[in-house]
Amino acid sequence: MRGASSRARARIFDRAFGVFTFLAAAILIALPVLLVIVIAQASWPALIRFGPAFILDKTWDPNLPPITFGAAPFITDTIITSLIALLIGIPISIGAAVFLAELAPDWLRAPVAAVVDLLAAVPSVVFGLWGLYVLVPYMRTTGDPLLTKYLGWSPLFAQHAGSQSGQSVLTASIILGIMILPTISSVSREALRATPDSQREAALSLGATRWEATRIGPLSYARSGIFGAAVLGLGRAMGETMAVTMTIGNSNNVGTSLIDPGQTLSSLIAINFGNALPLERAALVELGLILMGLSLLVNVVARLLLRSMTRMGATTA
Amino acid sequence: MRPPKRIRRRAKSLVLLGLCAVAVLLMLVPLASILYECFLNGAGAITPAFFLKNPPPPCNPTAGTTCPVGGVQDAILGTLLLVGLASLIALPVGILGGIYLSEFQDRPLARPARFLADVMTGIPSIVIGVFVFGIFYFFAQEGWITTFSVISGYTGAVALAVIMIPVVARTCEEALRLVPVSLREASLALGIPRHRTILRIVLSSGRGGVITGALLAVARAGGETAPLLLTAGFTTGSIAGLSGWTPALPVLIYQFASAQYPNTTQLAWGAALILVLMMLLISVGARLALRNKFGGRSA
Repeated sequence: MRGASSRARARIFDRAFGVFTFLAAAILIALPVLLVIVIAQASWPALIRFGPAFILDKTWDPNLPPITFGAAPFITDTIITSLIALLIGIPISIGAAVFLAELAPDWLRAPVAAVVDLLAAVPSVVFGLWGLYVLVPYMRTTGDPLLTKYLGWSPLFAQHAGSQSGQSVLTASIILGIMILPTISSVSREALRATPDSQREAALSLGATRWEATRIGPLSYARSGIFGAAVLGLGRAMGETMAVTMTIGNSNNVGTSLIDPGQTLSSLIAINFGNALPLERAALVELGLILMGLSLLVNVVARLLLRSMTRMGATTA
Repeated sequence: MRPPKRIRRRAKSLVLLGLCAVAVLLMLVPLASILYECFLNGAGAITPAFFLKNPPPPCNPTAGTTCPVGGVQDAILGTLLLVGLASLIALPVGILGGIYLSEFQDRPLARPARFLADVMTGIPSIVIGVFVFGIFYFFAQEGWITTFSVISGYTGAVALAVIMIPVVARTCEEALRLVPVSLREASLALGIPRHRTILRIVLSSGRGGVITGALLAVARAGGETAPLLLTAGFTTGSIAGLSGWTPALPVLIYQFASAQYPNTTQLAWGAALILVLMMLLISVGARLALRNKFGGRSA
């Protein structure tokens, strides 16, 4: 008798437990769905008012009639800053990954890898603070003048009236380049380590030097994983807000020079959202929609590239 | 005359491998510089007043006068309340979700839930801020809450929870998957009900990984700025709970960094020092916990 009732009770608890976990899984599904609905709905006034021209329009002016909002400068700066960040971040992070996965002796590997990964634990606003008080003054007094002196002939590094503050597209890109280092480095390290030893041994036994063996073996074997790591870094750079907001100079005009101030999608949202009137707020939400689309695209590509790697048992960041 | 090919190849190998070692050093420079600057500029702000007072009004020192530095008491309190409430929402939902993903893999929701949780972790946090603001703005338009409480600590805590839930769920799932199937089978074969098997056997065996994931998610929420900027607001006054504008340490750093008054700048650096040390501590702690559990899996 007692056995039967305890079995019945167990079944009820099993049911209840099943319901709770089901609800939690349903929340995991509902959140992104709700997100798309809420963001689409909140940006609707801007979507119907400006239409597809929103993407190409270069003015962002909430004050003078006719009020126009266009996303072009911010899309451009978002893409430019992330690409320069990749240019800076890729060689350093992949070089470090090769050293830590292939060359470092065992006693050195784990502690150095742990310290390197700590960079990922620094909050982005602290990167911003550091950028604003350390990197920006350096760019103002040393970096920008040097670039203008030697590369000023090219429009990319020309100095304009507004570009003497040290806050610029280039400064923000450098900060982003630093911030994506741990992402790219740790994911490509996993990819390199998933390479079977036979790949290295085969190259070495044919008389390859250490570098040649690394290039022929792990580096080509883990190619798609490393590429995926870089794309993941690109996604992180595009969505980054605070460090960029604090170092890019926050100018809504289209500049031609990298040492001009600029504005990304995320930094404009961060700066203007609090004080925006309804139509501007809808336009800002539409910027969020564009940003979300861009980062989804990049993340899907990264995931496809990394899938072959995760199937081998390694975990992604 | 060119040196023999063998020597050239060896030289090239040495140079390129040397560059890889230099890259590691280059990665360490920013971390060292950030820590150094935080100590240099922030250590002076860490006095008892830092924890017991609120920020002073903006003040430019003139000849013969100094500005009070004050502290960030309510921003510390705000961060604790925001992250606390967010954890209260996100940890149960995330862990239950992770259990579903790992233990009920054959159920219909498992695959879409896992995919969408991954999608969610790839969405920039500022977009999450816009999303949660939109929800509460909708509530206000419907008259369910007052317009004033759209920007409040509660909105901010929900935003942090939305960021945490998919992270907790996925790390919990990964941790539970490492628990051998034989343990589950043995427990079920003994007639122990499914829920007890999962809670007592699986969850407690995978405890280390689950706690690590939860800790890392809490740390991430504690460092978030952008979503709080849109949802929680900011004030230098004192707060009573989460019902009004609620300052958090990261938002305070942002506001005071851009204000550029010497005394508040020092507070910003002090807050940054505290924040960075907390993050590093949690990160190192979580890593050590994981190492003990799985014998140096991380590298």
